Amino acid sequence: MRFAPTPFMEDQQLIPHLFRTECRKITAVLCKLFGIEHIEVAEDIASDTFLAATELWGIKGLPENPVAWLYTVAKNKAKNHLKRDAIFNEKIAAQLKHCSNSSEEIEIDLSSQNITDSQLQMMFAICHPAISSEAQIGLALRILCGFGIEEIADAFLTNKENINKRLFRAKEKLRAENITIEFPGADEINSRLESVLTTLYLLFNEGYYSLSHHAVLRKDLCAESMRLTHMLTENEQTNTTSVNALLALMSFQASRFDARFDLQGEMILYDDQDESLWNAELIAQGEHYMNLASTGDSLSKYHLEAGIAFWHTLKTDCIEKWESILQLYNHLLSLEYSPAAALNRTYAFSKARGKKEAIVEAEKLELNDHYLYQALLGELYSGVNNEKAIRHFKKALILSKSGAERALLERKIGKLETRI
Amino acid sequence: MKDFIFLFRADYKDLGQASPEQMQARTQKWMDWVGSIAAQNKLSSRGNRLNPAGKVVKKGNVVTDGPFTEIKESLLGYIVVKAETIDEAVKLSEGCPILASDDTSVEVREFDVI
Repeated sequence: MRFAPTPFMEDQQLIPHLFRTECRKITAVLCKLFGIEHIEVAEDIASDTFLAATELWGIKGLPENPVAWLYTVAKNKAKNHLKRDAIFNEKIAAQLKHCSNSSEEIEIDLSSQNITDSQLQMMFAICHPAISSEAQIGLALRILCGFGIEEIADAFLTNKENINKRLFRAKEKLRAENITIEFPGADEINSRLESVLTTLYLLFNEGYYSLSHHAVLRKDLCAESMRLTHMLTENEQTNTTSVNALLALMSFQASRFDARFDLQGEMILYDDQDESLWNAELIAQGEHYMNLASTGDSLSKYHLEAGIAFWHTLKTDCIEKWESILQLYNHLLSLEYSPAAALNRTYAFSKARGKKEAIVEAEKLELNDHYLYQALLGELYSGVNNEKAIRHFKKALILSKSGAERALLERKIGKLETRI
Repeated sequence: MKDFIFLFRADYKDLGQASPEQMQARTQKWMDWVGSIAAQNKLSSRGNRLNPAGKVVKKGNVVTDGPFTEIKESLLGYIVVKAETIDEAVKLSEGCPILASDDTSVEVREFDVI
């Protein structure tokens, strides 16, 4: 059960789809073979392969087994490259021949096992703590997910030049740090896995909370981060409870994906969502991974966030729900502070204990420049002290950057003004 | 911002045996208070609860089982908070559930740089 956007594909969609799924596999295998310093060679061979495919398939039609065709062509191109490029040949081919048993031919192993291993090892290389998280996400999208430069630019609401520059710098860094593509040793796997999870979590959030109006792309980002997390659950060494908790969190969140936006692409708030649009399959998948995550003693922030996301899949408004969410936020904040968690805790507090007590808690936060803080105070004071509520909503209005938010705030202010 | 440690003291006898429901209610109150400090970004470390059993080591390698649970002001645990001044740190201790009983205390101490 996957979060795949398109189960049935027309022929014209097949090539872009294959491009994405096969390109990243070929790149990972070749990059693993050549070493990270030759990442561009691996990328070039993969994209040359697809260029050849697009040209030939356009004229002759699809081959019987497109994937096998791609692998054969990629292998030949890689071998040709090794023969042609003298410097590359000396440095790399010599090493490779030394390592492989066969005397002449270099083995390019595109078996599914080697593809999976190479991709997992690439994941660790790209999510190395020496690389900035912004660069990690860019590289992950390009190398691990096979996204085009234009798609990455769209996701980050920037242009192709910026993304090219960012990726160039990130690859320079990978080379400079001399990062090897390998599985981390047993003594560091947990700490390295932690930074992989951080990147996957950010990648998911990039898709889930992105302001890009490109809904398909946003969904693809979420689906890709889930696919990579799922890969980690299938490997014995990386199948930890935190990984399962993260996948549970992603599944619960993704279940509301289609309910969060209207046809115009405007955000629909949780309370106003049509719950029949919530994806029951993904909720069940989340529960499955949540159970697997609960088997050990460790309690990561992903466990707590998955718990919070689980309660949000139940639309009831009972005290038990909000009391549980409040306690989960208490734990989460004691592990790691974030303004969003502080605001959400206060909202849960008001739902569990009432507005008057929540106002006392809210006033302590002092996140005055935060649009959401002012909006939250406006909400809490509504019906308690409407004049104060209006004042806070007006402050939120000044701080807000989105048209839809401002329209919502103006409606609230209008309603309160009739009550004074 | 400076770090201040909160040392929680009470008499183990007063705590008594708690039912699972009472334990849960206690934990909830405790987490509400800690969560409130953390939500202000003023929690430096969530600290630890201390096990009542322990040893005391003195000069000449004299080791005794600490009679910790029998003294009135046993050390139960600690957390570390962030504040500008000691008065501000003291203010954060307000609402600490341990202060609901008599003969309990929160000792607030600033860390000195060694």
